[in-house]
Parts: sequence; structure tokens; C-alpha cells
Amino acid sequence: MSSSHLPPHMRPERSFQGLILALQTFWAEQGCVILQPYDMEVGAGTSHPGTMLRSLGPRPWNAAYVQPSRRPKDGRYGENPNRLQHYYQFQVILKPNPPNLQELYLGSLEAIGLDPKLHDIRFVEDDWENPTLGAWGLGWECWCDGMEVSQFTYFQQVAGIECAPVSGELTYGLERLACYLQNVESIMELNFNGREGAEKVTYREVFLQAEQEYSRYNFEHADTAALFRRFAEAETECRALLGKGESGERHLMVQPAYDQCLKAGHAFNLLDARGVISVTERQSYILRVRELAKACGAAWLKTEAGGAVA
Amino acid sequence: MPDLLLELLSEEIPARMQADAAAHLKKAVTDALVARGCLYEGARAVVTPRRIALSVHGLPVASPDVKEERKGPRVGAPEAAIQGFLKAAGLTSIDQATIQSDPKKGDSYIAVIEKPGRPVPEVIAEIVPEIIRAFPWPKSMRWGAASVSSSSLRWVRPLQSILCTFGPETEDPEVIRFAIDGITAGDVTRGHRFMAPGDIRVRRMDDYLTSLEKAFVVADPEERKRRILADARNLCFAQGLELVEDEGLLNEVAGLVEWPVVLMGTFEESFLAIPDEVIRATIRANQKCFVVRDPKTGRLANRFVLTANLEASDGGRAIVAGNERVIRARLSDALYFWQTDQKPLPDFEDKGKPLDQRMAKLRALNVVFHEKLGTQGQRVDRIKALARHIAPLVGADPDLAKRAAELAKADLMTEVVGEFPEVQGLMGRKYALLQGEHESVAAAIEDHYKPQGPSDRVPTDKVAVAVALADKLDTLVGFWAIDEKPTGSKDPFALRRAALGVIRLIIENQINIVLSSAFVFSMKELIDSLLNWQKPAKIEAAFIEQGNPTEEQAIHEDRAFLVRHDKVLENDGTTLTFHPVVGPYQTGPQTRVSLLSFFHDRLKVLLRDQGQRHDLVDAVLASGEGNDDLLLVVRRVEALAALLGTEDGRNLLAGTKRAINILRIEEKKDGRAYDGAPDSALVHDKGEPEERALFALLQSASAHARDHVAREDYAGAMKALAELRPAVDAFFDKVTVNAEDAALRENRLKILAELRAATATVADFSKIEG
Repeated sequence: MSSSHLPPHMRPERSFQGLILALQTFWAEQGCVILQPYDMEVGAGTSHPGTMLRSLGPRPWNAAYVQPSRRPKDGRYGENPNRLQHYYQFQVILKPNPPNLQELYLGSLEAIGLDPKLHDIRFVEDDWENPTLGAWGLGWECWCDGMEVSQFTYFQQVAGIECAPVSGELTYGLERLACYLQNVESIMELNFNGREGAEKVTYREVFLQAEQEYSRYNFEHADTAALFRRFAEAETECRALLGKGESGERHLMVQPAYDQCLKAGHAFNLLDARGVISVTERQSYILRVRELAKACGAAWLKTEAGGAVA
Repeated sequence: MPDLLLELLSEEIPARMQADAAAHLKKAVTDALVARGCLYEGARAVVTPRRIALSVHGLPVASPDVKEERKGPRVGAPEAAIQGFLKAAGLTSIDQATIQSDPKKGDSYIAVIEKPGRPVPEVIAEIVPEIIRAFPWPKSMRWGAASVSSSSLRWVRPLQSILCTFGPETEDPEVIRFAIDGITAGDVTRGHRFMAPGDIRVRRMDDYLTSLEKAFVVADPEERKRRILADARNLCFAQGLELVEDEGLLNEVAGLVEWPVVLMGTFEESFLAIPDEVIRATIRANQKCFVVRDPKTGRLANRFVLTANLEASDGGRAIVAGNERVIRARLSDALYFWQTDQKPLPDFEDKGKPLDQRMAKLRALNVVFHEKLGTQGQRVDRIKALARHIAPLVGADPDLAKRAAELAKADLMTEVVGEFPEVQGLMGRKYALLQGEHESVAAAIEDHYKPQGPSDRVPTDKVAVAVALADKLDTLVGFWAIDEKPTGSKDPFALRRAALGVIRLIIENQINIVLSSAFVFSMKELIDSLLNWQKPAKIEAAFIEQGNPTEEQAIHEDRAFLVRHDKVLENDGTTLTFHPVVGPYQTGPQTRVSLLSFFHDRLKVLLRDQGQRHDLVDAVLASGEGNDDLLLVVRRVEALAALLGTEDGRNLLAGTKRAINILRIEEKKDGRAYDGAPDSALVHDKGEPEERALFALLQSASAHARDHVAREDYAGAMKALAELRPAVDAFFDKVTVNAEDAALRENRLKILAELRAATATVADFSKIEG
């Protein structure tokens, strides 16, 4: 399947939104639920409950979605061509991973205009770990002509819990991929809507101001006292909700608790960007968030979607 | 005779694991076959990113019949013993056992169990699944629907198919049928992922290799390497350039492709402003491409060589363009790092020249060298003091040595080294020259890490030698003080390599240095620096959380994360503090003795590898004198070897060993030593002529030998000793040591003791073999 049937402004090699739509269409055709971005600040698509919680337990789950990723420390006031504090990941999660996941992935590259007969696609060892989520897996960086275009992981453990069955996770770094497809050197130069002339909207027009504003906030002005407070409050509330949700063999309030875990994680990321957490403390903060994630994961297994038997 | 062909096709196997996996498969299968009596003529394993294949040829059709004898109880043993034996031997009645007679032990039962041979396919179907299930991948995983069960098959990445055939050359082979986790073995494989993805039926290794070749797979890694290297050289040659060869990279690249297609790309000439080593590190580490040299200038050319896994329909134009794009971005970063490192460092502008500023930052950050040995800054201070102390001993200018030590680690704070740790030292040298440091200082910054192993270059610049010795001695003394010595195969801090480095520096530069006094100096520096250290806080709680392996992996990641994190924070101009943990330190004399004996062990290994007899080294070390000056030890070993190369030397050795033996026996018998001076009057009055001759000669020869030893002239000392030989021979020929006359006997033993003492000035002859 290629993109030649699309009108020019919708083609993934000309349009950032066209790229997103092409990936959504492709994975929808594979039977995925197309979710929308989670409405909270997260550092990566993996943190979306659609991956983090749904990858636990025995129930099959196939989903795809775009997730804005907030990495406060990666902000460069919009001046670095490749670094942003807010960027998009396209995330696919298939549980259990189908036996032909590699072929499906290659099919998705074709769908966005990367012909594997023309481009050198490679699977290069890269084992993935996320200490704050207590998660790890084995897989690859997927290279296209020497450039990393995706991360491909078979989850082995999430929230400190063995995955049974294992999910396959694909993460496409959309901006980088789009730069390659559109042949531009800087993310800000990306054509966002695929139009030309007066109708053309660039990534710069959409996001440059936001990058500048958030970089000021992240590095200079975020209220650290409030953030420390928010971290502690979120941690407390997460634990409280996990306690209150206990109902015999079942759990009734995992997702609200998990939201608090995400809030604590984001507060930590901001504090980290402000440089107010020492190295020693840093470890203990990561461990605290991980403990919340683990507790949420354990509680998830006691819910219906987590596979608990009535 | 039939052959076995086995192929395990999977998703992409990490390049670094492929060779070991192929070797393991070959060993495991052939060992298991041999253990079942199936001998074979030969075996060959090949490996690609997607498959491991093994052929074992010249196997029998069936395993041989085996007769086993099992010993039973004696005839007439209690019923319970008989029953137990029958059960264990698989017999139904004791009549089936034979009776063995033994004149001493009496009659006992023997069961002869006959195990008929089995068809080899059956044996293979039994052993291969076991080998697959127990395969020792460094990291393995579960996958797919089967992974609901925790006992599902583990492999390095999902295993897709198994091919297993068995049969003679002339016939269609038999497919060995077995299944593991739903994968049934067959006789089908697949070709290149993109160029020939269809099924291929295979019979045995030779048609397997040719069919795969037609399907764009070069199964043999050596053949892939050969093709990559040949094509890369040709591409370069055609442009009047030469490939910068790189065995490690070649191995890795050959493990990333099944069908190597070598292409050449270009980058902007302006990037050649970056040092060659940095260009190479960038292109190698991130892009796994080779760099190219211009033979006219000896410098890199603005080209690179990439190895694709595809014969692209456009001849590789898109592939080259894509790689060029990525390399351009990487080199832009590298150029930025290289230029930034030469500029003032924000917040440290007032701390001297650029490298001094970086060193100031390294100190300010309190980056920990080891949690019990303080920060990098403290370590640099210790190395400075030690290098200054050692400098006069090696003929170096103490101030230059001190300056070099001050800057030796500064490049750890540069952007380039942060990105490419493999160019540490080298970058320090370049930046030092750019800021006008003395050439010896610059050389020492690069070379103080050397030698890194038995074949690495040993620095010769005297300043470099002083700093290199100080760096290694501080490391060794420090780890000895916290009792982190190497044990068995574990040497996480590469202390053996450090000690070998010290030894090579000393010997190859002919330096006399008394190690134990260097240890004392270094220990004192260590204690002083630790006493000045800030109070410890507990970071263990954060790092050391006991748990399952995955937890440990996560913690390991935290550590790595921490290092990366520091860098980013620094960029934001924030200073970090780090509180180390302190523990008990061992800085007493036993520690120095233990460290010296570690050096002796490494010296023995080195000299043995150079072909020196280990017993000579032992003999010299056992003499106990001057053992902490390793250069003297080596010279004595060499002189001793030369002495033993002569007739006189060998006879002197035989005589001395005889003397030492007699003394050992008699001293033990009498419960005393015969170390005192012989009674010369008695020798003259009652002694035999040969005894008088040896006595007289011993006085002069041992005085000569001592004299030569004092002047470190070991050849001279040996020569003086060798002169004793005729007198020693004559003595043993004519004189009875254990004379009837007790006084005479004592005197003769004392003469032998003098011979022992005279030779002991260079070595303990009793340790020498032969």
C-alpha cells in the first residue's frame, strides 16, 4: 500500500498531519482501537494508560494513538533543530504481539512512503528500560538509511510485573520521521498541513512560541515550592485512592490513582528541569514514582480489564 | 554417512551475540551427540542476523548398542538389598543377574544391562529441543500468545522457524520432526527479508548455502566480512583513497546484514576541521560506517563507507542520500562540541585556560571516582602529589609532571569526550596543545592511561611515565585499601591491567623504583585526602535495593541515567553535590605486602609469557632481597637464566642444591641451623684439601658476588659464583660431610651453609628445577 492515492496535501511525505493520519489509517486497518492522546502531561507514549495499564493482564488489546510527550529538560527555547520539550510520538500496542509484527511494522513504513525495496531498513539491537515505570523489554531501534525512525519493543515487564502475554510496542518519533520524509533539516521547517503558498502552515507557526514559553517556564519560572507540594500531594492521593479502591479481591479505582502517579511523575520532571533535585534525591524520587506505578499495576490486575475473574 | 542440518531462524539477533551463539550451538549439539555414542567427522556453524545454522557431517545411522554392568549385593545378602538391586537394574528376578566371584570379597551379583542403539534422528529429536530450551543467551525474552505461560520458550528475539534434516548425501534427507512451543521443525527456510522472502526447501549444508546465496543471504559471517572488506577497499581505491580498516566495526557490520552492499557517501569538506579521531568516532559509533583516508595527506577524506543490506532498485541513491543526511547532522554536532571545548566555560571563565576551567568544573561537581575513594578532584590531587614524588626517580621535571597530572582528567568534562569516551586522553592532548601547554605535558595527558594491556604502547616521555605510574599506583593502593582486590575471574576495576601497566612502564623504561616506599607515600596521600572528605550520607538506600534481576537492571539504568543527567544539569549551570559513602580502610603493612605480592604474581605472568622459566622467577623472589625493585628482579632472573645456560652454572646449581638438601635434612635432624662461620683453624688442621680449597674460595667468591650485587651487576655476581663450581664438585667428590668427628661434621655443614648463603645473594637455588 502506498500513499499515491491520496491528494497531495494529505501525503505523509508532504504533510505532518498527513503522516499521522496515514499511520492511524494503517493501524486502524490492522484492527487497532484508535485512541486519542491522554489528557495529562506524560513523558512518553508508554505512560498512557492505554499502554502502561493495558499491557498488564491476560486480555488481548490492540491500540494506536498519538501522544504528546513532555520532556521539560529537553527544551531549548526552540533554537535546537532537533530538540523540543514537547513533541509527538505515535504509539502502537498489540497484546499479545502477533507473530508477524515485524511485517506489519514494515507495512506501516510502506504506508508512509518508505519503500523497503528502495530504503535500507534495519533492526539494530536496543533494549528498552523505563526505571520510573518499572518496565523493560527487548527489541530494536529501527533504522531507515542509517536513521533511527522507531523503537520496537517486546515488553517483558511492566510496573515490575511479568507480562503474560507479552505485548509488542512500536513508537514512531513523528517529528524526526517527518523531517526525513519531507527532507528538511529542522523540525520547525516541517510543513504541518501539506498545503503550499499562502495556505501552508509550518511546525514553527504552530509550536515555536510554545517551545519558547515552556522553556522559560520549565527552566526559569516553574514554582518549585508548589511543585514539591504537588509531588507530595499526588503521591499521597495516589496511595489513598489505591487504599480506598480495595474491595476484596477486586480494585475499583485504579485509573484515578494512576493519574496521580502521572502527576507526581510530571512534577518530578519539572523539578528536575529546574535543577533543584540533587543527584541523591533524584534516585529516591524516581523510586517513589516507580513504587506508585508498581502499586497501580498490581491493582490493575484486580480489575476486569486487568483480567480479574469475577 | 549421513549429515545433520539444523537452522534456527529468528527475528534480528544482536550483532555482538551472533558468534558466541553459533559456537555454542555447535558445541552443545556435538557434545550431546558424542555423549550418546554418536561420533562425527566434522561440524560447521554459520550465523547471520536472522539465523544460526549448524551442519554435523559423517554421523552414524544409529547410535551404538551399549552394555552396562551394574554391581549388586553379595550372594546371600538380605532380601531388601536384593529387591533394591533388581529394581534399580530393571530385572524381574535375581536369576537374570550373573554371579561374579572374587577370591577376597566372595561372590556377588552383577546385572548386565543392554541398551540397544537408537536411530540418530531419534537422538537428534531428543537433544535439539533441550539445547534450544537451555540456550545461554546473554539476555532472552518471551513473546506472542504462548507467553501467557511463564514457562514458554525463551529466545534472544522471537524464534520463527526450525529446519532440521538428516540423511546421506545421495538421498533426500529425512526431516526430523519435533516441536517446541508450536514451532515444528521442517525442511524450509526463507531468504533475504526484502529481496527473497519466499520459502526455500533445503536438503543439507551445501545446497543450503547455495540456495541462500541465490536468495540474497550470505550465511557465512567470514564470507560477509571478506566481501565487505574487498568491496570497501575497491570503492576507496577507485577514488584514489584508502579505507581506514577497523576489525571491530567490520565484525559488527557483518552482523547487521545478510546481503552486504557496500556504498560510498560524502560529507562537506568543512567538517574536516574536526580532528580525524572525532570524525571517526562519530561515524563509527553512531552510524556504523567506515571512514576513508587520503594517502596524499594521511588525513581523513570527506567520504565514508556504509554497508547496506539491500540491492536497492535505484542503485542505492536514496540509501546514500539518507545516510549522508544523518552523518551531516552528527558531524554538525561534533563540530559544535569541538569548538565549544576550546571556548571559555560559562561560570568557570575565571579559572584559567579552557582545560583548567574544565578541571575546575570537575572539582566543583564532586564527581565521584569511587564511593569509598573520593571524588575525581581528590584523586587528581593525589596523582599530582605522587607524580611529583616519582618524577625525580624517572628523570622527569617534577613541575611538568604535576602540571600534567592536574590536567590529565580535565577532558572528561569536555563535550567531545562526553559524547565519545573512547577519545579521552587524546582530546586532552589536543586541547592542551591548543592552549599552549608544554609538549611533554600534552603527551602525558594522552599517555597516562597507557599501557592498557600487554600489547599496548608503553609511554617513553619521562613526564608521561611519571603520571602514568602515579595514576596506576593510586588506583591500586586505593582499591587495596578498601579491600576490593581481584578474585578469580572478577576484576571489575581492571587492577591486573593496572599492575601489569606499572610493571611494563618500569621494565621497558628501565626505572629503579622501590615499590613499597611508593606505596607508603601513596597511602599517606590517600588517608589525607579521605580525612578531608565531607561527611558521608547514605546513598546505598537509593542504589542498593535487594531484589530480582530486573530490579537490578532498573537500578543499573538509574546509575547510567544519573551520569547523563549530570551533564544536562551542568549545561543549565547548576552545581551538584554528591555525598559519598566511606568505609573501613586497610592501609597497614600487610596491605603493602599483599599488594607487592600481587605485583610479583603479575610479573611472573609477564615473564612467563616472555618465555622466562617461572622457577627462576620464584627463586629470585624467594631470595627476599630487593624484591620491591622490579627492575632488579628482572635483571637477576635474566642473569640467573644466563648462568644456568652454562655448564659451570648447571653444575654449580646441582652442587648447591645438593648442599641445600643435606642441610635441610641435617638441620631438621639436629633441630638447629648451621649458619655460623666455620672454624677456620679446624678446617686447616683437620680438613681435607678439597674442603680447605672450597672454604678459601667461598670467602672471596661470596665477597665478590655481594660486591657485584651491590652494584646491580648481576652478570658479574653470577660469574663470581660460577667460579665456585670446580671446588664444589671436588668437595662432594672427596669429602664426607657427615664425618664421625662431630666438630668436623659441624664445620662441614657450616661450609655448605656458606655456599647456600653465597648463592642466596641472587636467588634461592632450592626453588630452581632440574
